[in-house]
Amino acid sequence: MMSVIWFMMMIIGIITAVFTQNTHVINDAVIKNTQEAVVFAIGLTGIMAVWLGLMNIAEKSGLIRKIGRIMSPFIRLLYPTIPKNHPAISSIVMNMVANMFGAGNSATALGLKTMEQLQRINNDKSTASNAMCMFLVINMSSIQLIPLSVLKIRADAGSLNPTEIIGTSITATAVSTIVGIIACKLLERKY
Amino acid sequence: MIQILNFISIMIIPILITIILVHGMIKKVNIYEAFVEGAKEGFQTAIRIMPYLIAIFLAIGIFKDSGALNIFIKILSPITKLFGVPSEVLPLAIMRPISGSGSLGILKDLVGTYGPDSFIGRLACTMMGSAETIFYTMAVYFGAVGIKRGRHTLPAALISHIAAIFASVWVCRWVFS
Repeated sequence: MMSVIWFMMMIIGIITAVFTQNTHVINDAVIKNTQEAVVFAIGLTGIMAVWLGLMNIAEKSGLIRKIGRIMSPFIRLLYPTIPKNHPAISSIVMNMVANMFGAGNSATALGLKTMEQLQRINNDKSTASNAMCMFLVINMSSIQLIPLSVLKIRADAGSLNPTEIIGTSITATAVSTIVGIIACKLLERKY
Repeated sequence: MIQILNFISIMIIPILITIILVHGMIKKVNIYEAFVEGAKEGFQTAIRIMPYLIAIFLAIGIFKDSGALNIFIKILSPITKLFGVPSEVLPLAIMRPISGSGSLGILKDLVGTYGPDSFIGRLACTMMGSAETIFYTMAVYFGAVGIKRGRHTLPAALISHIAAIFASVWVCRWVFS
């Protein structure tokens, strides 16, 4: 799947550039974007280390288990395959909290930790489990309550009421998250 | 309500950190050692996802900068217009799942051209706030743990994104006009 998408994006881009006689754009794109990717990954290293360090404390102190026990009933509705009290449950909860409040890279760090824990209980290591698909779809439907970057753009552009889009955003997000969950539950039987 | 949300969103990270540290101290965990031990993993994870990041950033860059994305948007625009999506916001709707910084650029452009308090401006902001970058997230999260087959993740995510677009149009029409 990823191979096909990647191939299409690369080839269509290159063909377009050749036809519009913009081939030099490709060269610039190669240099610029690969560099950006490396800078981004290195930038992520610090925040990854912080959250993995904190999660290790929480694991040793038993906090992870506690959150897991409290949240188990709710999380199991969406992720029935995760065993009770599994550490993945508290990672999912913490990632959700970070996502909701727009904690950006902290959410990514906690999300990657969740994926690692879900991979441990995955039977086929090269294929995504139902829980992984559900986790990603909920993540990608955006559960953010305050879109800070949008508010900043609105304020900078001189909006009379920059925050008036929060309500509409949350409503649209809620719809898309619910649709995503339903789509996931229906599609997981077919794939 | 909004002030409260704003306050929480600034406080949430310090609160989470405080809870973890205080709980660790109460339970007599050697928190400094435990932190350093866990933090070591951070480097491995960052290096592990780097090739996936490079692959996806490269494809997005080439697809966008070559002008292929704009052609794609032009082809799609009459179809979405049939469903009531204003053609002005279509580039944003299509860019959003592909690139975070790219869609932020389009949003700035739309807000600058039409004004933040116009219908198009409000709709664009709602759309931006109700969606996420799909391809990048998939590449990084699956890449980090070595998943090759994503199964129904992409179709379900795209369905959810389309729902976000229509829900944005619908809710903005209802609230703002």
